Amino acid sequence: MGPRLRGGTGMVRAGIGGALVAALAFASPAHAQDVAIVNAKLVIGDGSAPVEGGTVVVRGGKVVAAGAGVAVPAGVERVDAGGRWVTPGLVAAFSRVGLVEVDAVRGTNDRSAAQSRFSAGLDIAPALNPMGSPVAVNRAAGITRAIVAPGASGNLFAGQGAVVDLADDNDMVTRPRALQFVSFGEEGSAKAGGSRAATFLLFREQLLAARSYARNPATLAEWGRDALIQRADAEALVRVIDGTTPLFVRVDRAADILNVLKLKGEFPALKLVLVGATEGWLVARDIAAARVPVLVSPLTDLPGNFEQLGSTQSNAGRLKAAGVDVSVGVFDDDDAHKMGYATQYAGNLVALTRVPGASGLSWDQAFAALTSAPARAVGMEASIGSLRPGRAGDVVIWDNDPLELGSRPTAIWIDGKAQSLTTRQDRLRDRYANPQEGALPKAYDR
Amino acid sequence: MTRRLKGGLLAAASLTFAGCAPANGDVQSAGDKPAPAAKPVKFDKDPYPSTYRPYPGRVTAVRNVTIFDGEGGRIENGTILLVNGKVERIGGPDTPIPVDDVAVYDGTGKFVTPGIIDIHSHLGDYPSPGVEAHSDGNEATSPTTPEVWSEHSVWPQDPGFSRALANGGVTALQVLPGSANLMGGRSITLKNVPARTVQGMKFPGAPYGLKMACGENPKRVYGGKGRAPSTRMGNFAVNRQTWAKAAAHKKKMEEGKAERDFAMETLAGVLSGEILVHNHCYRADEMALVIDMSKEFGYKVSTFHHAVESYKIADLLAKEGICSAMWADWWGFKMEAYDSVPENVPLVHNAGACTIVHSDDANQIQRLNQEAAKALVAGRRMGLAISDEQAWTWLSWNPAKALGIADRTGSLKPGKMADVVLWNGHPFSAYTRPEKVWVDGALLYDANDPRRRPVSDFELGQPGEGDVK
Repeated sequence: MGPRLRGGTGMVRAGIGGALVAALAFASPAHAQDVAIVNAKLVIGDGSAPVEGGTVVVRGGKVVAAGAGVAVPAGVERVDAGGRWVTPGLVAAFSRVGLVEVDAVRGTNDRSAAQSRFSAGLDIAPALNPMGSPVAVNRAAGITRAIVAPGASGNLFAGQGAVVDLADDNDMVTRPRALQFVSFGEEGSAKAGGSRAATFLLFREQLLAARSYARNPATLAEWGRDALIQRADAEALVRVIDGTTPLFVRVDRAADILNVLKLKGEFPALKLVLVGATEGWLVARDIAAARVPVLVSPLTDLPGNFEQLGSTQSNAGRLKAAGVDVSVGVFDDDDAHKMGYATQYAGNLVALTRVPGASGLSWDQAFAALTSAPARAVGMEASIGSLRPGRAGDVVIWDNDPLELGSRPTAIWIDGKAQSLTTRQDRLRDRYANPQEGALPKAYDR
Repeated sequence: MTRRLKGGLLAAASLTFAGCAPANGDVQSAGDKPAPAAKPVKFDKDPYPSTYRPYPGRVTAVRNVTIFDGEGGRIENGTILLVNGKVERIGGPDTPIPVDDVAVYDGTGKFVTPGIIDIHSHLGDYPSPGVEAHSDGNEATSPTTPEVWSEHSVWPQDPGFSRALANGGVTALQVLPGSANLMGGRSITLKNVPARTVQGMKFPGAPYGLKMACGENPKRVYGGKGRAPSTRMGNFAVNRQTWAKAAAHKKKMEEGKAERDFAMETLAGVLSGEILVHNHCYRADEMALVIDMSKEFGYKVSTFHHAVESYKIADLLAKEGICSAMWADWWGFKMEAYDSVPENVPLVHNAGACTIVHSDDANQIQRLNQEAAKALVAGRRMGLAISDEQAWTWLSWNPAKALGIADRTGSLKPGKMADVVLWNGHPFSAYTRPEKVWVDGALLYDANDPRRRPVSDFELGQPGEGDVK
């Protein structure tokens, strides 16, 4: 057991096949490589069924071909997956990865800025820490990209999130200012002054102020200290009004969802994305008709508060059946450390297809809800979230069915670059695999 | 961080402590020195007695099913027979079953296990909806409140009980006070049955527990109020002074000179071995100090709860006979959870120490089988050879032992309570759910029968009443 525990070239987990280890041992993590992964149980990630004996070819950091019968170009390194599952990297649909090291250690927690005088203008990009241990742990669970949103500010709008990669390098921003985040319902009420009426009015007035600012920047100065928003907030909200920036809205109660959908009446260019939508199944046809995508935390099934009375794990399945574009996220529990729960949750949605009266997702739908669906929700389906040609070379080889419990990647590429799968947790595990101290204390065992 | 406060109590119950608390009687020293002249104080030790009675059940057999017996055994193509609320027989395909008036289910492709026992829950004392009016889990007004009893906070209408039954196959659970306090109060063990009153859920004869907490939570809560403890050394100082007082009170009780003191009576119960200590503790070094403190005052820790660093001292825990109740992979939410590793559970098992998977969470209690599966796979990946049926001991047999109820439930042996789950596939797969759940032989959940789906008073008349959840 000893040698296996000490395993880990920095590239692969201990215990995988020798051929793959050899192939990866020569890969430099620093540079994009041209690589072809062959003999794969290949999942494209667009909702299509897995292909046996598939091949995916990555050149210049992007997917150039994937499927059965794909030829490997001359000179491209060949990695034999040995029949294992090969998929696009997972896209965390809604998260705080990179913003938090330890939640309860304040200095390491950049999730929220409740004391800030700014709101919509906040931009999380400079708060992201690509070297933090949660990035490595989430990467080792197969997450290669994440939609990261700020938590609450001191005002109604929380600020601008980003789409990030989880590569082992110094820059994790794929697209800055990729979304604006706002909470309605009980949380929004608390921010807006105490009621849902105040929330909707404040929302509208801030957008109208931003519109005035866009027409005449001097208006903001005229409002002076009484301004509802700061200049930076106005600039961010202008991009929300014109649909440049998608507006992610946390909302759960069915009645609140309907009122949020109506916002498009006054602001028709809004690109709404619903987050949570715990009672979404009660108004699924309205959501589908509005063509608004939904990010769900799919196993929420308790009335945690009075806006989640109708919660059920069948929410995702019922929304999907009504024609809603559903993504699966992990945000009603730990949204910074445990993005890897997404695969377990998606597997649970497959389980529901075998429970009488319940609604779930097929395996293919469930996996797409972890990859192409969140990419589409944030407007990036052309560049990430599947193995269709032109997408980023984010590829994962798994040791088992990725939706099964405990399955782990054995190799990961991001933008065509091979990634380390070793985490700080692995180092602790190896140090204490035998808890007894030897000739020297544990501090010397590394 | 309310939710984090709920978690983290470590309770340790020794097997030697296991056993029924006497329903009534004198508080007697467990020592060997009789005090013939003294008249021990008399009081009712069970003033809120269980009114639980098993619900009616049919004679039931499941055949052609894979069985994990809960104690590490596995039977392929097995048969189990439930009669009068008890496991009557368990065995292979030749196991005889009655011919008349018996419900027979074909378990082909399915699995039977003992019902899951969650040793760490706050269902009822932090119920759903989690409104302020329901926040009944922490008496955070003093760092030591051994006088409070969690059963006095449990709301039987918490919808979480039904989710744990239907989605999680949970048939018994321990409801603990939270971890704001060093000594948070008495815990209570419940059968997971809907009832009008908490007494209607109380596991008959189960010993009480005492919730204790080390580390960040008590020092943060009371340090933040400008009072002791505000440090880890303060935690120990307050604990030790309280134990010394309890030892003196116990002596007075034995001499018949003690006034009623509910706090001290709980601690005296711990010192005499009737009440089991469940101690929230994350860090290995703190667990080692708690062990010494328990020896200083002559009590035993049943279980360290949360125990994210048990893997660092798994040898010590095995030697001391203390259980660890753990998550599969929670980490990073606070400093003392920073060194969590996904192999914690299997490493503790591998060291020969008592291993338990717990939830501390109204969601995760619905999939403790899945949490165990993740830990099992992580252990196998590092080369630990643990079978599926051995891993099931983490979910029912070990928690039953740590709660002092293993003589009645936690495994499928003839004569034990028929607390049983029929799973529609392998229970360590994400694609599997409970199909039927029996508590004392009564069918209380059936995926195929919407009428066997409990709906709490709170959910009656609300959106989604009676829905699959």
